[in-house]
Amino acid sequence: MAHSYTPGLRVTPFATLQRRRILPLKGEVTVRVGDLVSRDTVVARTELPGDVATVNVVNRLGIEAHQIEQYMVKKVGDSVATDELIAETRPFFKFLKSTVNSPIDGTVESVSTVTGQVILRRPPKPVAVTAYVDGRVIEEIPNQGVVVETQGAFIQGIFGIGGEAWGKIRRVVESHDSVATPSSISADMEGCVLICGSLVSADTIKRAIAVKAAGVIAGGIHAGDLKDLLGYDLGVAITGTERIGTTIIVTEGFGAIAMARRTFDILSSCEGMVASINGTTQIRAGVQRPEIIVSRPPSPSDTEVAASSAGLQIGDPVRVIREPYFGRLGSVSALPSELQTVESETRVRVLEVALEDGEKVIVPRANVESIAL
Amino acid sequence: MQQERDLNVVIATDCGSTTTKAILIEKVDGTYRQTFRGEAPTTVEAPFEDVTRGVLNAIQEVEELSGRKILEGEHIITPAEGNRGVDIYISTSSAGGGLQMMVTGVVKSMTGESAQRCALGAGAIVMDVLASNDGRLPHEKIERIRQLRPDMVLQSGGTDGGTISHVVELAEFIAAADPKPRFGTGFKLPVIYAGNKNAIDDITRILGEKTALTVTENIRPTLEKENLMPARHKIHDLFLEHVMAQAPGYRKLISWCGADIMPTPGAVGLIMQTIARKQGINVVGVDIGGATTDVFSVFDEVFNRTVSANLGMSYSISNVLAEAGLENIARWIPFDIDEGDLRNRIKNKMIRPTTIPQLLDELKLEQAIAREALRLAFIQHKQLAVGLKGIAKERTLSDVFSQESDGSLINMMELDLLVGSGGVLSHAPRRQQSMQMMIDAFQPEGVTRLAVDSIFMMPHLGVLSTVNETAATEVFEKDCMIYLGTCVAPRGKGKKGNQVLSFEMEFQDGRRESGTMNVGDLRHFPLGLNETAKLRATPAKGWDLGHGSGKPVEAVIHGGVVGIVLDTRGRPIQFAADRPAQIADTVRWNKATDQFPV
Repeated sequence: MAHSYTPGLRVTPFATLQRRRILPLKGEVTVRVGDLVSRDTVVARTELPGDVATVNVVNRLGIEAHQIEQYMVKKVGDSVATDELIAETRPFFKFLKSTVNSPIDGTVESVSTVTGQVILRRPPKPVAVTAYVDGRVIEEIPNQGVVVETQGAFIQGIFGIGGEAWGKIRRVVESHDSVATPSSISADMEGCVLICGSLVSADTIKRAIAVKAAGVIAGGIHAGDLKDLLGYDLGVAITGTERIGTTIIVTEGFGAIAMARRTFDILSSCEGMVASINGTTQIRAGVQRPEIIVSRPPSPSDTEVAASSAGLQIGDPVRVIREPYFGRLGSVSALPSELQTVESETRVRVLEVALEDGEKVIVPRANVESIAL
Repeated sequence: MQQERDLNVVIATDCGSTTTKAILIEKVDGTYRQTFRGEAPTTVEAPFEDVTRGVLNAIQEVEELSGRKILEGEHIITPAEGNRGVDIYISTSSAGGGLQMMVTGVVKSMTGESAQRCALGAGAIVMDVLASNDGRLPHEKIERIRQLRPDMVLQSGGTDGGTISHVVELAEFIAAADPKPRFGTGFKLPVIYAGNKNAIDDITRILGEKTALTVTENIRPTLEKENLMPARHKIHDLFLEHVMAQAPGYRKLISWCGADIMPTPGAVGLIMQTIARKQGINVVGVDIGGATTDVFSVFDEVFNRTVSANLGMSYSISNVLAEAGLENIARWIPFDIDEGDLRNRIKNKMIRPTTIPQLLDELKLEQAIAREALRLAFIQHKQLAVGLKGIAKERTLSDVFSQESDGSLINMMELDLLVGSGGVLSHAPRRQQSMQMMIDAFQPEGVTRLAVDSIFMMPHLGVLSTVNETAATEVFEKDCMIYLGTCVAPRGKGKKGNQVLSFEMEFQDGRRESGTMNVGDLRHFPLGLNETAKLRATPAKGWDLGHGSGKPVEAVIHGGVVGIVLDTRGRPIQFAADRPAQIADTVRWNKATDQFPV
């Protein structure tokens, strides 16, 4: 039988991780295999083609498209500066002369004898890729980038907003189920990654943005607050390019949900250390979840548990991810194989979960998430 | 027509974005039947990056269930001998997001729209339509082309002998953007030119070097004529040669197949057309998935397909809320719910798309959202299914100038069969829920049969129809379609409580039902599969059942697993203005058709 597995998010105090750091276009790799790199080290760079500007020279000069070449002062490949002459007519009476100047700095890319259009291109834009995490280069992908390996705490969130950032971890609440308020955030938290227990409101995030916090990590957020922060209703879960002033990572889901105690405890134990975070989330094919990586050297007590995608087994820790037990944690206590009919009359494969308070409940297998170590 | 291949055992797969589904079709007592199915996760992405792995897993499941040996290591055994092997292996694919195209035209509502219809009909997702008059500045167009990274571009524009400069201008923009294909770094982007034939030389000069250019016949040779098939064939060829061949494992998959791999929606469109042609009926079909909703229609033999790329029940569920608005979703929910709570629930489904509604209220919420996703997808379909009357269709000049007006080919009164497919419709706990969702979203008029695809095998049957049409139609009729019943709904509007209809139904067992229906009523009468009843109905003045306002109608109506639904809620359905009255109506409608246990 083809096997199915339960999706899970990794929450672990120690793991060895590799991150591919790749340019959007081919370019130059600036580090070598074996190099030690820090999160802000540039590992590869390239130049993106500049934007283009179009100028309809024939309309501006009042000529026919097929005549354009005789009127061009600049040819394909020539450099041009803003306001520099690129084409002109040469009438007998000088006062009848028409000219066309370049609207940009750049080069002449093409001159069309069909449309009379001249395409100019701005200078290329430099792009650099940083290491993102503190670690060592273990592989070079020629002309594209590198793979950096790091070790440390690793926590995957369920949903995020905003791209890569890093900063010192600061806890702003006492416990995993406390709610951070705007007054919990102080001006000295600039550049920090803030750990806010359960729910984080739009006002609290706005305060974090005001003090220039690098990131906000919380158990839940209200969908209405997210809409307020973004200025639009997010339709599809493809994020990472938002620019709201900070990166947000939600570990549990939408609504008021306490952060899993394990997640909170690991983050708390890393207080004062630098975390690399990325809110990028993509839930269609090629799932990508937001992440928090706290790079640190291993200590004698660290034991690494390999990430596993095996099926659920009795005793495995799980989180229920749909009503009526949404957000509750527990462990698998039975795995009946036959289909069962649940309240909605849907016939599904189920499992029994022993919740943290001892209550045993039946839920569809699709409605739990394993809490991977 | 190509001669049918003699087949006794067929294995077919559909490689979807998340699941690869395999079905076994066998000739049993002289009739083709779908006998076993298996599925496995699709393996296009890391860590496998080889689509054939998922195909083998799905086929292996079929092997285990059927006892037929199909695989010898990693090879499919052909031909079939006894309980070993199959006669042919065929497949469709939408893995990796399907075929994503950008199309261009000169006038957005003319060649732009023709290009869009052409690409959609071939099974593509149209990422954007660029046109000379689309209101964007040149640099914005170039930036857009560069950003999108389509799998393929279809460039149309200009009737033969018409404008050259506008077509060439768009080619210059494509060249300036120098777009890279999504798959296969280092390969050139496939571009199909199907515009003014007098611009071919210029287009070849501009795009010949920079792209993998293919030139074909103009899709709009004159204003009155649309000729989509040559370009559609090119799209299919390039889909195989470039897009599929670059995707991980597809070269191997192509070599296994006994017929060309088709894009999944292209195959579904094909089976819809086959059914409509064979039965001489008008059909609307819908496939609602997690990310997208496809709508197909065949009216008077004219096929149209649209895809609503961001309307779906899991990945895109939040977009249904954004596009439909909270009020439109709430009008289908039979209980009060806090706005913030509803928003949170929808977003939680978006980020955990594989969860299943355990509570009844959660199921009701999902089905309310599904109604709006289907309704919006159908609106988009009606906007694009306009004025096209065949492969080489003739338009009168007056048609040409009315393109942007209503002019939709979709006439709900003329619709014979509405077919639903996709998880929320195919797997609803009660079939009456599927029927009601489709009635509420599509609002069929007059007398319309409804059906659902039992296990989503339309893609497989579509590609099968290219090698053996008889096999495809037999399996479609016997195993694929589950007839739900018939909806009888007069078109019109009225005051709540006013009489709309008097009716009489005579069943085969001699049973009779008669009565009257008022504005806002919904009634259900059981009538089993393969059973019929004679209906005589007289609508009130201002209401039309197909023969005109107030004119009586007699028809033979077909039963199904649900039966007959008489719907006098108005077309469009009239909703109460305030929330408590809306809830009361929805509760009443749900009770009338026995939608839920409570």
